[in-house]
This record gives sequence, C-alpha cells and structure tokens, in this order.
Amino acid sequence: MQDISFLMGGQAGDGVMRTAELLGETLNRLGLYAFVINDYQSLIRGGHNFCKVRASDQQVWSHLEAVELIAALDQDTIAHHKNELTKGGRVLFDSDKASYEGPYKSHPIPLSGMIKEIEGIPIMRNSAMIGAIAYLYGIPLEPVNEILTRAYGKKVEKNILLAKRGYDHAKQNFDPILKLEPIKRNPTPFITGAEAVSLGAVKAGMKVYIAYPMTPSTSILSFMGTYQDQLGIVAIHPENEIGVANMALGVAYGGVRCMVGTAGGGFALMQEAFSMAGQSEIPVVFVVGQRPAPAVGVPTYTAQADLRFVLHAGHGEFPRIVVAPGDPEEAFVNAGEAMNLAWKYQVPAIILMDKHLLESYVSITIDERKVTVEPSSVAKSWEGEYKRYKFTDSGVSPMTFPGTSRAVVKVSSYEHDEYGHAIETPEGVTKMMQKRLRKMDGIIKDLNGRETVKIHGDHQAENLVVAWGSTKGAVLEAMQLIDKPLRFLQIIYLSPFPDWEVTKLLEQARDIVCVEVNMTGQLRSLIKEQTGHYIQKAVLKNDARPFDPVGLAGKLKRVFGWT
Amino acid sequence: MDVREFDSPTKNTWCPGCGNFSILTAAKHVMAELVKSGDVKPEQIVISSGIGCHGKISDYIKVNSFYCLHGRVVPSLMGIKVANQRLKVIGFAGDGDAYDEGISHLIHAARRNLDITIIVHNNQVFALTTSQVTPTTPIGFKTKSAPKGSFEAPLNPLHLMLACGATFVARGFTGDMQHLRALILQAARHRGFAFIDVLQHCPSFNPTLQKFKPKVYDINKEGHNVQDFAAAWERAKEWNDRIPIGLFYCVEKEIYEKQLMGGRVLADEKPLSSVRDVLKKFM
Repeated sequence: MQDISFLMGGQAGDGVMRTAELLGETLNRLGLYAFVINDYQSLIRGGHNFCKVRASDQQVWSHLEAVELIAALDQDTIAHHKNELTKGGRVLFDSDKASYEGPYKSHPIPLSGMIKEIEGIPIMRNSAMIGAIAYLYGIPLEPVNEILTRAYGKKVEKNILLAKRGYDHAKQNFDPILKLEPIKRNPTPFITGAEAVSLGAVKAGMKVYIAYPMTPSTSILSFMGTYQDQLGIVAIHPENEIGVANMALGVAYGGVRCMVGTAGGGFALMQEAFSMAGQSEIPVVFVVGQRPAPAVGVPTYTAQADLRFVLHAGHGEFPRIVVAPGDPEEAFVNAGEAMNLAWKYQVPAIILMDKHLLESYVSITIDERKVTVEPSSVAKSWEGEYKRYKFTDSGVSPMTFPGTSRAVVKVSSYEHDEYGHAIETPEGVTKMMQKRLRKMDGIIKDLNGRETVKIHGDHQAENLVVAWGSTKGAVLEAMQLIDKPLRFLQIIYLSPFPDWEVTKLLEQARDIVCVEVNMTGQLRSLIKEQTGHYIQKAVLKNDARPFDPVGLAGKLKRVFGWT
Repeated sequence: MDVREFDSPTKNTWCPGCGNFSILTAAKHVMAELVKSGDVKPEQIVISSGIGCHGKISDYIKVNSFYCLHGRVVPSLMGIKVANQRLKVIGFAGDGDAYDEGISHLIHAARRNLDITIIVHNNQVFALTTSQVTPTTPIGFKTKSAPKGSFEAPLNPLHLMLACGATFVARGFTGDMQHLRALILQAARHRGFAFIDVLQHCPSFNPTLQKFKPKVYDINKEGHNVQDFAAAWERAKEWNDRIPIGLFYCVEKEIYEKQLMGGRVLADEKPLSSVRDVLKKFM
C-alpha cells in the first residue's frame, strides 16, 4: 500500500498553499487519492503557513498529523514541525534561508541560489522545491510540468527549468523515499468543499451569488467570481452582510435562484433577514462556514460550534432546512438539495460547513447527474386574483414573480393575509403561522427519499460512532486504525432532524460515542432533544483544529474501553 | 390606465392630515402616468417600503410590493433589479429608515448608480414609535426620549447624496402635491440612482406644514442649472428663511446593472445544463 504524508511550510506570501495545491493536483493526476489541508494565520505576509499533503492508492479522507517529510522554505517551519516527523523522517529545506542538524535526515537545497542563477523571482523557489519533492517520491517530471504549465501558462518556462534543477539536485544528493506507482482509475476532480458547494448550487439553477468576504467562506466568493462567466452567474460583493441577505431576498422575490455565503459572525448580522425569509416565504440558501468563535474567534481555523446557532437562527418560529455535508461530494449534492428544497417549500435553507471542509482539497468523485433543477412551487396559472400566500393543504402557495401579467405579487415582513397585506387579528395570525409551519410535513416526507444520514463501517457492529460535517473524514480514517468492529452514523440533515433514521440506529447500538469539534456536544444535545436518547460518551474538543485520525483512533479506543 | 386601478382594499390607518397621503397620491398618479405613456406595464412596477408610518404605503397601493425590514429598502430593490432589470422599482423609506438604520445601503446605492428611485418620507421624527429623534431632527426638538431637546447636528441628506455620487438629487414637499408628482415622475424616468428627500409634515408629532409653506420655493423656477454640482451644493445649504425644493442635480452616468451584467435579464435565463467544463479544470 502506498500512503505518503508530508508537510510544506514557509511564511505567508511564500506561496506554500499554491505549491501544495499543485503537488496535490500532480498526485491526483497520477491516479493517487490526494488530500491537502492548509493552515494559515490571519495575516498577509510573514508569520507561518503550512500545508499537509497526503496521498494514497486508497480513497483518503483526511490529512495525517505525522509526516515523513518536511519541506521548509524557512527556519520556522523546521522549528514548529520537527516533532511531527516519523522515525527516519527527512527535513528538506532552503539552505540559503535555513539550516538543520538533528536526528532526522538533513536535505539542504540551495533554492534561493537556484533562483538567482536563472534570474528568477523568490516565489519561484516553490518550483525547485516541487522538483525535489517529486524526486523523493519517485514522481517523473512530465506530470509536474503539465500541472505547472496549466497553472502558470506563458510564464511557465523558468518554473519548468527550476523544477528540473530541484529534481536533479535531489537526485544527486538524496535517496528517494519511495517510488509512487501511478494508478489507472477514472479521473476524479481534486477539489475543495467551497468549489463543490458552488458547483452544486449552480447545477440546481443558482444564478446569483452574494457575499461579503469572511474566512472561511471567502473561498466560495473567489471561486464564484473567477468562474462567473463560465457558469453563467453573477457574483456580487456588496457593502455588508445585512445588505447581502436583504439583496438575496430581493433576488429570489424577483424569480432568480440565489445563494449567499458567510461565516458565523456574518450570519449573526443576517439574522433579521433570515427571519424575514421565513416570514415572507422567500427561498434563499445560506452557506455558513464555521470557524472558532465566539466573536472573531480564531478566524482562519476550523470548528463545529455553530450548529445550535443555525438551528435557532432568526427570531420567531418558521421551518428551515439545515444540512451539513461531510466532504466535497456531499457538498455538491447537498447544495443542490438545499436549493431545490428551498424553492419547493419556500423556506430558507442553510448549508453548514466549516473551514476544514471549505478549504481542504481532496480527490473525490463529483457526479453531476446527482443534482438537477427539481420542479419548484412556481405557479403556472391561478383563478381570480393572485394570492401570494394562498392557503393550501401543504402550506405551500403557488409562487410567481413581479413582471407576470395579471398578478400583483406582494411579499411582507409583517404577518399578512393571503394577499400579503399586513394583519394583526389573532385568527389571521394563527392561520398564517399554521400554514407556514405545515410546510415542515412536506419537507420531512421529501427528505424520506434522500440521504439524511449515512451509515459507514461494519453494519453488524454494536459499537457506534456518531458525528457530523467534516469530522466524517477523521472518523472514517480512525476506523481503519481500530481493529474492533465499528459502525459510524453520519448525520447529514439537522433540520428537519431525521429521527426516523437516527432513533432506529441508536436503538441497535450497545455503546455509542459522539465526536464533534466543539466543547458542549451540540449534536449530542440535539439527538437528546429529538430522540430522547442521551449519548453518554463523547470525544469533544474545540482547539481550532480538525481531528487527526491517529489521535482520534486512540481516543475512541479509550472511550470504548479497548485500551 | 386609470389611477384608481392602483387603489388597494386595505384600510388606511395614517393619522388624518398626514403628509404620507400626498406622497401616496402622487406616487399612484406617477405609476398611472408611467403606464399610460408606455414606459412600463403595470406588472413591471415594484415598490418597496421600510418600517415606520411610511412603510404602510406597500399595503396601500395595488402593485407588486416588497414590504421589507427596517432600513433595508435599498438592498431589497438592488436584489430585485439584479434579478430582473426590466422592472421599474420605486422605494419608499422613512428618515429613520434611510438615514439611521439603512444609511450604509443608501450611500452605496448612490455611489453605484443603481437604477432605482428612492423617496424618503422625511418628517424629521420617528412617528410610529410615538416620537423620537431621527438624524434630521432639528436641534432643540424635544421628545420623551430626549426631554432636554435634541443636541445632535442634523444630517443634510442632499449634501450626503451629492457627495456619494447620486445622479439625481431632489427635494419635494408634501405641501405642494403638483410639484411632488412632477418630481417623482422625473425621478422614475431618470436612468440611474434617483433620490428625493420629501419634507413631510407629521400632524401628530411634528406639524411643520404651516412653518415650511411660506419658506419653500422651487429652485427650478429660479434658473438653477441642474448639471452644476457646485451650484447644487450651494443651494442645498439654504435652510433658514428660504427652503429650496425641486431638482438640485441631475446627470447621466452608466448604471450599475449594465456594468454588472450588460443587458442580461437573469429571471429569463435557463439554468446551466452542465458544470462539466469547469469541473474538468480540477481533474
């Protein structure tokens, strides 16, 4: 089995993230399954950035804490990470910027000197580093050059030259770690959650994306902006999150499918508009990218601590959809579902993600046939005067848009009658509240035909792990490191809560552990609330980092009582 | 089209003699005129209003409406125009609505030259919440929440909008219906961000009608050049003995919608059939 794990680090501005991405692309191109996680601080230049690159001949779901190679563009990278090296590990470093002597193998490479020789610029150190890393893993230069050409276009010449110099230097001075064998398989994209969620929404008919920059969801805005012409969409960055959410309401009222993206803090600013989406029955999809909070928290890192927040977001009572994909493939499918369900039932929908899912790259299948534009509740015709909030058995009123002849379309943030005029009578208020809440029945029925949960691992096992969101990856990997039968329940839909699935599975289990990147066990308390089952055991943390599979495996063994 | 076709069955709850009635009547006449002249079809008109007494105008006109949150008329209308730029949109906002809660949106819509009309019902007071100060309340004005009188310098909305790059800046007066009607029609026909601050009397909390009436004069009858920014700025300073109304500034500039998406009408567009081409870039 081939399974490699290395780290690349340097200062912000050194190009570490782009380089790791290119290495990941190269590995993916060779047919390996790659995973790249980036770790960066909230600054533009200086500081310390690093990426961990993992690749295997099997599907990988996560990075690994431990690495066999550190590729360092500066001294700090070595100082920060040398303890993460496995036995016999190696330190590859720019010998013009750093030095290393110690228990691990020292691999100096004069990157800065190489740049000078060909009159290159400092950022090009990365290409020589890529060449050296390629040699160490037995990767030929052809696929590397292809990826560099795609990335740098006409400016690629010096980069190709440097990759060759890095490769040759490594060949003359170091022994290879191993020789990666290319694998023949159907090509899959090497993609982030941000890119996948965007494509899923577009495939479900999204035409407008609106966002104010905020990590980790800025990655969606960048993608939508860059590809807007090819995707036939419009990406808008207005004055603030309040503007974003209210514009989105206007877009959807105008008859166009719209998504917004933000982080916890930005979503906090959108609360009133979110509530209005509930009141006025305007379908808008909100991507909420979690990062450690409260307040600004730890902006460029990850967490799963906004579950309770989004479940209770917005004042008042109204139906909502909350879905939490666990990987980019699910992000693609769930984005399509969120958009379709929002437009079918005229409710706001939240796609709950996090930094780890939005910004990590993985080789994964995206089957675009899994997302279509499903029939929505748009009215074809009506009798008499058009009523935007017509009472129906399902609670869903046929929707039409301004510009439609013989229809006066009135929406309101006030409680209203069937025409959309403000009302205050107790009977009128009750009837309209009931109409809106009734829509939840249809949504639940609809979700019965979709994957609201996923069951992984040994279906006979009595020991059950429960998790949600991006923690899926670490749990799947940890399970491979535990030699006891384990079943894993991944909960994807959080509202409406799929109690019809979850209750059954909890009852079948003897011992259950809930795993979350938060300290209060938010899913655990939700399960108690929705099913009456209290899961006693939990592995919880909120240190701004995702779980490392090896560490998690150890913790799971302890809580299950196997060590 | 008869103006009565815009009459709504909803019972009007404004105070007798409220300045809002003038704006309501003027707006309905303008809509009828726009339809009659072939500018738009009735179903292509959308209004939006915020929260406050003025906001009820959404319920009082039988036309497409987006009765939004407090302060959010501008972003709501921006969204509507992004979805369908064929629509003619007119926003109604209060002075608390536009100059307090939603002022950032107003600034940015002006700077973008979004093709919308914004009419601010400026009665210099929060009325629906029974009298508190707004950004345009004069110094010394006493309310329950400011019993010693307001001491904050009031905002000059015309200066604000001129500074932000609005391409149509005007002031109306609820005591002159004919003038207001003509002004709103002009604003609605302006291609770009049209802003009208309407001096509105509030019979319950700020009855300014008789105070303003003798002071008000129409600058467009006094040879004001509407393309002269400096002259507009000077006129907008006037407030004491004479209060200028009319069109202060009007220029043509490319609109936001055009720059964002050319002539596309997103509401008419079909969904993208495949994302394959973009997905390939990740292979």
